[in-house]
Amino acid sequence: MSAAAATVRPEAPGGCGAAPVQQERGQREVFCGLTGIVWLHRKIQDAFFLVVGSRTCAHLIQSAAGVMIFAEPRFATAILEERDLAGLADANEELDRAVERLIERRPEIKLLFLVGSCPSEVIKLDLSRAAGRLSKKLMPRVRVLSYSGSGIETTFTQGEDACLAALVPELPAAPADAAPNLLIAGALAEPVEDQFARLFAAMGLGPVSFFPPRRAADLPAVGPTTRVLLAQPFLAETARLLEARGATVLTAPFPLGAEGTSLWLRAAADAWGIPAPRFAAATALPEQRARQAIAKSGASLAGKSIFFFPDSQLEIPLARFAARECGMRLTEVGTPYLHRAHLAQELALLPEARLVEGQDVDKQLDRCRETRPDLTVCGLGLANPLEAEGMATKWSIELLFTPIQGFDQAADLAALFARPLARRARLEV
Amino acid sequence: MQLTLWTYEGPPHVGAMRIATAMRGLHYVLHAPQGDTYADLLFTMIERRDRRPPVTYTTFQARDLGSDTAELFKNAAREAYARFKPEALLVGASCTAELIQDDPGGLARALELPVPVVAVELPAYQKKENWGAAETFYQLVRAFAGRAAPVAREAEAPKRANILGPAALGFRHRDDLREVSDLLARLGVEINVIAPLGASPADLARLPQADFNVVLYPEIAGTAAAWLERKFGQKSTRTVPIGVGATREFLAEVAALAGIDAPPAMEEASRLPWYSRSVDANYLTGKRVFIFGDATHALAAARVASRELGFEVVGLGTYSREFARDIRAAAAALGIEALICDDYLEVEAAIAAAQPELVLGTQMERHTAKKLGIPCAVISSPVHVQDFPARRSPQMGFEGANVLFDSWVAPLMMGLEEHLLGMFREDFEFHADAAPSHLGAAAAPETAPAPAPVLAVAAGGAQGVTWAPDAERELRKIPFFVRGKARRNTESFAAEKGVVTITVDTLYDAKAHYAS
Ligand code: SF4
Ligand code: SF4
Repeated sequence: MSAAAATVRPEAPGGCGAAPVQQERGQREVFCGLTGIVWLHRKIQDAFFLVVGSRTCAHLIQSAAGVMIFAEPRFATAILEERDLAGLADANEELDRAVERLIERRPEIKLLFLVGSCPSEVIKLDLSRAAGRLSKKLMPRVRVLSYSGSGIETTFTQGEDACLAALVPELPAAPADAAPNLLIAGALAEPVEDQFARLFAAMGLGPVSFFPPRRAADLPAVGPTTRVLLAQPFLAETARLLEARGATVLTAPFPLGAEGTSLWLRAAADAWGIPAPRFAAATALPEQRARQAIAKSGASLAGKSIFFFPDSQLEIPLARFAARECGMRLTEVGTPYLHRAHLAQELALLPEARLVEGQDVDKQLDRCRETRPDLTVCGLGLANPLEAEGMATKWSIELLFTPIQGFDQAADLAALFARPLARRARLEV
Repeated sequence: MQLTLWTYEGPPHVGAMRIATAMRGLHYVLHAPQGDTYADLLFTMIERRDRRPPVTYTTFQARDLGSDTAELFKNAAREAYARFKPEALLVGASCTAELIQDDPGGLARALELPVPVVAVELPAYQKKENWGAAETFYQLVRAFAGRAAPVAREAEAPKRANILGPAALGFRHRDDLREVSDLLARLGVEINVIAPLGASPADLARLPQADFNVVLYPEIAGTAAAWLERKFGQKSTRTVPIGVGATREFLAEVAALAGIDAPPAMEEASRLPWYSRSVDANYLTGKRVFIFGDATHALAAARVASRELGFEVVGLGTYSREFARDIRAAAAALGIEALICDDYLEVEAAIAAAQPELVLGTQMERHTAKKLGIPCAVISSPVHVQDFPARRSPQMGFEGANVLFDSWVAPLMMGLEEHLLGMFREDFEFHADAAPSHLGAAAAPETAPAPAPVLAVAAGGAQGVTWAPDAERELRKIPFFVRGKARRNTESFAAEKGVVTITVDTLYDAKAHYAS
């Protein structure tokens, strides 16, 4: 194990020097922010998500959740009907009634999100007012908040950003003289959270809290001594609001891959002034373990080309991992939205590639066919058609549902990319 | 405002997509926000189609509202035509675009494209998927067959029929179509056009050339068939050939429509009647069955269950409100009350109250039945990837009846086996914690006491390894279906490395070691 490997630092962000980004506008082939409910309701275990929308919205969530049908899922759709469109006053009354029925049936709910959709926004049904009104009525039993997951405002993972942003004003205030504390923002799988908590404990860094919490009552405090480490690249609004509460957002690459995880942890360690040997003592072993595991599970990826359709905003960190740790060749890296400040360090690490922000799906499919990458990362609507054209694909949504962050998941991430290729190599039909 | 957790039907524009995707040479330009593109996966993932549905979405965003959504629509339509060169363009709006009232039909016509434009208005806040499919199919048939004059045909020519109804994302439509086509061929009836599946707009224009229509799925083809009857005097079949009795009736109906006096005998491959009479099937007598699905499949299932398998139908319902009357009549004939409802929780409550021994339902009822520990077979949409089996598995015709026998009786037999297994589970051959597999949640949950913290590795016998409590806790976070493998791997890794106490690090070292 080389101690140096653990402490590789990126050069200063490239700024204008960074690769040019092509802007594209046309038909998008992405989910809307409602999709985030599928993982968020599993994360905050006493929260309920009530979409105020149409039959389409209900059908979207059901289709995105796919086989993950739970007996009594903690989400539902209040479907707007003809008469709700006729008068907003009645729609508000109807909504209150629907919420009351829901709370009656599900007494375990502590936090209720009213989630806005395209129809509710187009008819200007004010869900934040409704949430305020209902909160007043239902507190302290149930806190009611609202956010937009609509397709006209949010793309896929931006739904999580909007949800967390709605929670930020609810966070208790940490006193100005509180000891420095670390807040990890972004939904992570529980084992991943536990691993990170252990690593920070091992380097003597704390207290550490995770946002969103597993229970609505465990909202972490935030204040001027809070440092925020973003676990996900799509939390622009959440980060902005945390800063407005006095917190400092640390810039770092994202914890994907051994390198990304190490640099991410390092950003916190530096903020705490953890001496290098202590950092190395805590992270060197798992990092080395991760590198060895990646070398094995990602071995088949070296030299293979990869193409990313825009989907989750994870594309740039994933491309950085695929290129730098698996030796893959980047062709096109699409992202629905590029937050330059949060991705500055990622962009600095990213080898040359065609970076595209936004989407025109037909043109992008043309480029993909022309490029004929060895592996294409894309949404569920495109995967089988591309496979039928002879291209190996990885569904991007799996990268949201599978724990991929942290040292001990890095090899799993490489394996997710390697499996479609391995499968093709096996099949003789 | 209706509170919904899971829905039986999607919005009406998904119905339109099912028609457009089934056809050839048609492209659908849908005014809709980006999230609505999820509907593509229904076709590419659930039905495993090898190409994208022929649909262009405008994917307008908030910033486009009030300014140029109409322009966006025109561009999308223009570009879709230029790229896909369809024979005709179908245009419409999803729920959100309906609210902004851009008039896709007018906008598309203003482009003066060199192909016909068919606009469908599907009120998203009133109607649902099947209605949307029926309305779209009807509008297309009207648009393309409307101007055709009926063709004079020679009297001795073999009779010709259209087959109407099979669509994309339909429950076993592909296999039913083949079965029914074979039946018609053996009767000597020529097939004129099959629609919408595989038909082009030009094919729709040929619909009037048939003598009569075979309607497989009234939910989808009923409106169009009624119009064809009014306009061209084409009669339609009324019987849906699901089950032996219905298939016989269907054949008689087709023979009458085609003027065939003595239809040939064609039941040689029909096994249901004999299987149902064999002594082995005795135990099926009076089995209590609860039926729920779309109207076509629920009605057929009630008939087959009661008259061909000797079950006792204790519940019958549908989410197809358009066909409530038919279902009510069938239920009344069985002496029960019909359940007309699209709230799956209400259906669940009705199932629980009826205490059936078998549920014939949709994927939704499959989950309910699992929860209640009742065997279940799926008979109807909404579909799931499992409803597109690789093998042929029709519901219609004599072979379809054979399939019904197998697929409805198998879960009952499985249930019996599991029950026996449960009875004998204390015997030494059976794992004490082996739970019935197919009954899922009804099986004992993992309430068994946590494994003892000290475990010996059985293999080799010589080395014993122990689990540190935190490693044991970590192990329990791994999903149960791979936990056993993780435990085995970690233990053999530890044994190999001479590790005596397994720590969290050993667990992940082993994970990394076995990573591939
Ligand atoms: S956005 Fe940033 S990187 Fe791009 S040109 Fe402007 S300053 Fe340079
Ligand atoms: S894009 Fe809008 S209308 Fe469509 S599912 Fe998402 S929120 Fe609902």
